[in-house]
Formats: sequence, C-alpha cells, structure tokens
Amino acid sequence: MRVVFKKSYDPDIDLHEHGWSRGKIVVLLGIMILLPFFVGEYYLAEAANTLIWALAGMGLMIAVGHTGQVSLGHAAFLAIGAYTDAALMNVGMPFWVALPAAGIVAGVFGAVIAIPAVRMSGIYLAIATLAVFVIVEELVILLEPITGGVGGIMAPTITFFGISFDRYGELENFYWLTLGIVALVTWGYANLMRSPTGRSFLAVRDSEVSARALGINVTRTKSLAFGLSSGVTGLAGALMGHYIGFFNYELFSIFISINLLLVVTIGGLGFIQGAFLGAILITGMPQVIAILRDNLNASTGIDIGSIPGLDTMLFSVILILFIIFEPTGLYGRWLKIRTWFEIFPLARRDMFRRQKSYLKTERMK
Amino acid sequence: MSLLQVKDLAIHFGGVKAVDGVSFAVEPGEVFAIIGPNGAGKSTIFNLISRIYEPTRGTIHFDGKDITGLKAHDIARLGIARTFQNIELFDHSTVLANLLMGRHTHSTTNFVQNMLFMPKVRQAERAHRKRVEEVIAFLELEAYRKKMIAGLPYGVRKVVEIGRALAIGPKLILLDEPASGLSVEESQDVAFWIEDMRRDMGLTVLMVEHDMSLVTQVSDRVLAVANGRPLAMGTAHEVQADPQVQAAYLGTPGEEAA
Ligand SMILES: Nc1ncnc2c1ncn2[C@@H]1O[C@H](COP(=O)(O)OP(=O)(O)OP(=O)(O)O)[C@@H](O)[C@H]1O
Ligand SMILES: [Mg+2]
Repeated sequence: MRVVFKKSYDPDIDLHEHGWSRGKIVVLLGIMILLPFFVGEYYLAEAANTLIWALAGMGLMIAVGHTGQVSLGHAAFLAIGAYTDAALMNVGMPFWVALPAAGIVAGVFGAVIAIPAVRMSGIYLAIATLAVFVIVEELVILLEPITGGVGGIMAPTITFFGISFDRYGELENFYWLTLGIVALVTWGYANLMRSPTGRSFLAVRDSEVSARALGINVTRTKSLAFGLSSGVTGLAGALMGHYIGFFNYELFSIFISINLLLVVTIGGLGFIQGAFLGAILITGMPQVIAILRDNLNASTGIDIGSIPGLDTMLFSVILILFIIFEPTGLYGRWLKIRTWFEIFPLARRDMFRRQKSYLKTERMK
Repeated sequence: MSLLQVKDLAIHFGGVKAVDGVSFAVEPGEVFAIIGPNGAGKSTIFNLISRIYEPTRGTIHFDGKDITGLKAHDIARLGIARTFQNIELFDHSTVLANLLMGRHTHSTTNFVQNMLFMPKVRQAERAHRKRVEEVIAFLELEAYRKKMIAGLPYGVRKVVEIGRALAIGPKLILLDEPASGLSVEESQDVAFWIEDMRRDMGLTVLMVEHDMSLVTQVSDRVLAVANGRPLAMGTAHEVQADPQVQAAYLGTPGEEAA
C-alpha cells in the first residue's frame, strides 16, 4: 500500500493523487503515441477503431455509469454525429468546425430529448431512448438530400494545413488525430468528475431525494449529463464515419447501442477506465472469434462462420456472466487483483464480500 | 421573528391524514423536538418542510419568506439542511465526496469551467475542502475520510449524514431520528454535537426523536403529535406529563380509532 503524506489539499484535488499513477498514464500515452512505429496497418486500424469505441463508451458512461440513466438509443447519437460531420464537410466546412459541430448537435439533441425523458427511470427511460433511436433512423432516411438516404454518404478526407488525415492513405495521421481527440475528452471527463458537476451526477445517481435536499436540480443535472453523454458519443460518431469512409443508416443499428451498453457494463460502470477496457474487449472479440472459428474449422471441419449474430450472442453471454460474478466489471476485477497484490500476503478470502453482496441486493430491487 | 413558522399544515394521502392541521414556530437558536408514536406524521412534516411533499393545506415560512411554493432543490440554498430517517447517503462515494456534495449550493463555476478545470475551479475546491475539513474535525470523522459509504458501520453513516447537512452551512438543520439505532455512547455524542451546533455554530435545530432522554437533554421545546394532529407543546417534562400524550403512547383504544 502506498501512503501519501499530504501537506495541502491539492493532491486530493489533482487528477492523480501520487506521481506513480500520473507516471503510468504518461507511459501509457507514450506507448499509444509510438504505436504506429511498432505495429502494422491492420492492427493500427484496429487500435483506431478501439479508441473510437472507447470514446463512444465514455459518452455512454456519463449517462449510464455516472448518472444511472440507461440508454438503448445511443446509436442514434453516433448517427447524428457522423451525419452532421460528413454533411458539413461535404459543403466545404473544415474538420475542426465539423467535428465540434457534430458533438454540439448530438449533445443539444440529447439534452432536449432528455428533459421529458429524465423524469422516467429504469426500463421506461430505456424504452424512450429506443424510440428516439427509431425516430432518428427514420429521419436519416427521410432527409435524403443531407444524409444520402438509403444510399449513404461519404465522409470526406480530413485535412489540416494541407496535411491529410485520410484513414486509408495516411492511417498513422488518422490514428494520432483520433488519439488526440480521445485523450482530450478523457481529460475533460476526468476533470468534470473531480468537480462539483461530476459530484452532482453521482449524487443524482445514488439518491435523488438527498440530491434535491442538497440543492441539486435533478432534472437539470440529468439533462446536462445526458446532453454531454450524447455529445461525446456524437464526436465518436463523426470519427466512426471517417473510419468507415462510406456509410448509410445501417452502420448505426440497434446492435451498436447494445454493444455500447456492453462496453460500459463489462468494462465497469462508473469508471472512465471501464470504457477503455470494455472497448478493447468488444473490438478484440471478433478477432478472437475469427481465430477460434478458423481453428475449429481446420481441426474438426465444423463451420460456425455461417451463424449470424454470433459475436453479439457471445458478448451477451459474457455480460450475463459478469453481472452474476463481477458486477463491478473488468475494472472492478482489476482493482481487486491490485489490492490483493498490494497487501500480499494479508488478503482474506472474504475481503470483498460485503461490497459484493451489497451490489447484489441492489440489483434485485 | 420566528425562523421557521408552520401554520395549519396538512397533507392527506388518499384517505390517510398523515398530517392534519399542525402549527408551530421555531425560534432562532432553539432546539425544537417533535415526538410522537410510530406513524404519527413526524417524518411527513419534515418532508413537507423540505418540499418533497405538496401540502394539502397550510403554509410554511422560513426567515420571513413563504417557502410553500418553492421546489425541493431551492430549500438548501435558503439555509435549510436535513437528514433522513433511513440514511440517504451516496453509497458508492467516499465520505469526503459525500461531504463535498453538501457544498453544492456554494459552487459558482459552470460545467465548462469545470471540464477545463480552470484555476478558479481549483481555488473553489480548496475552499470547499477547507469547510468540509472543519465538519470532519467537528464530527471526528478523520479516520473515515477516504472510505466508501457502502462499507461503513451504521453509526458512522448516521454521523456522515449529519456532516453532509452541516457542510451546506445551514441556518436550520432538520434531524430525523439522529439517535435511532445508535449505542448509548453514540447517542451521547449526538447530544453533545447538537448542543455544539446551537452554541458554537449558531444553528437552529428541529429534530424528530424517540429517545426521550436525548430529547430531554437537548431540546428547549417539544411538540407531541399523534395521528397527524398536535397533542401538546412545552418543555420535555411538561409534554411527557400531558395525559393526552401518555394516552397516545400507550395507545388507548379511543386514540387509536381516530
Ligand atoms: N408517500 C406516502 N404515501 C402514503 N402514505 C404515506 C406517505 N408518507 C407517509 N405516509 C403515511 O403517513 C403516516 C405518517 O408517516 P410518517 O413517516 O410521517 O410517520 P413518523 O411519525 O415519521 O413515524 P416513525 O416514528 O415510524 O418514523 C403513516 O401512516 C404513513 O403510512
Ligand atoms: Mg419517521
């Protein structure tokens, strides 16, 4: 265990309480920056994809993990972000205008629909967000002049000062751009969570009645959180559009919404880190399945490649296992492993039991 | 002028007259207790004052201002803090974070400034922390600062809830059964804290409590209620000696049927 002797309140206010954990982030970021020099094109593209999913996951995490609002409609905000960005760039706007615009349009849309929706909770909110998703999908098809309708739309190549960030032509540049955006959003998110705004999110999540008694306007807080959540997801949508290059409404299916929910729940609800772990799992899984499938096919001749929705099914099974055995997600598991090592050999068998049973009873409610 | 003035307050849930014509006034610096048997309507009176419930009739004035029409989230800003009978803490946060949440009404930065964590945000955080540390020192919560609420013993959680209410920096604090479920020693601590709140912090205290020894020890005046109606008001001894109050506690058939 690390003991930090403090001479002021600042270490508690800082993002990282001690230099060690700050150092870890620096090293991690360094590795991420240098990644294009170590891996080939295929894996670099996968890494960019994972970052985009982590960004979308962070968006959903604000709503689900930090304010307790479940959304089944977040694919709609990905779509709004992707279409806004592509449509603006197609009329000649530069990326640095189109990307923030994509976030703002998705965010404002999210905040506005949240005002009636936040009065609902649990399953009702989930259904309402699902309805929003259906409406957005229809709108995309109807607004053909802007969205390209069923045919689809092209996300133009990003250029700054004559440098191309084309996803195919200059993959490294696109990767670095994505990394930069993700790092910036992560920083802003972490800042928010150590500020009064983040605390009001957690307050609303854990007890609305006390939040009110402390002077927190629950409706406004939830709608702000939902707006920020949609906005960040919109940014991810814009990047996803550039990553895919050419897309239509089918890219943003209900499965994307579900996969995003899996990212945050499997990753660890209420932890920014969880969005990253979840994104790694969800984007890595198809690769693992592909390898397993090939091996299975080669050794036994059974071809499971023809089963549709196998990935999603497997994710779902994993999710169920997590909900039963590790409700705090991958990040929660990691925290336990780390504690076990830190206090080795003092760990007791039932050390985390109280916490776990607590979460279990809450789930039954 | 009274700090809190409740006039002819009533709330009916369908046929249940949970509170039915209660009036009282709490003077500045006073410790005022409400007692009564289970289901008498004590917590409901608190919920009416904190505007969680809409009264069927009656008015509530605080500091000379009619607060009957305000929203629940406007109450803290006026200087009214409260605790809940069934502890309502933010379970997945630390004690420190819970106390900092009590500073919400004092935060002046908006979410964009917070996201960028501008220097004024850090300054405000330092000030909030300083204020919260005073509460921690007052309630002797130092050992629990970084502990999650979910793993804390019941007695500590009750104290944290008082701390969170104090962090608001209120003029009036409503304590709903602050000593229920506590050991004799812990109740004694609560008694001392209530006296300190009044004496050192200049707070006015309105509390609901079943523990008559605590009520007798700290309160200036006591209001007894039963079945949503006021029975008697006076010092703890006067109220306890009142035949109607005794009847209500013993549950004489006539009273129960009402
Ligand atoms: N939201 C509600 N809906 C319906 N009935 C309610 C509601 N809130 C309170 N009541 C009823 O009002 C009555 C008074 O309840 P209250 O909680 O105020 O009692 P109390 O005096 O605080 O009792 P205790 O000492 O057990 O805490 C009870 O009969 C209760 O069932
Ligand atoms: Mg009660």
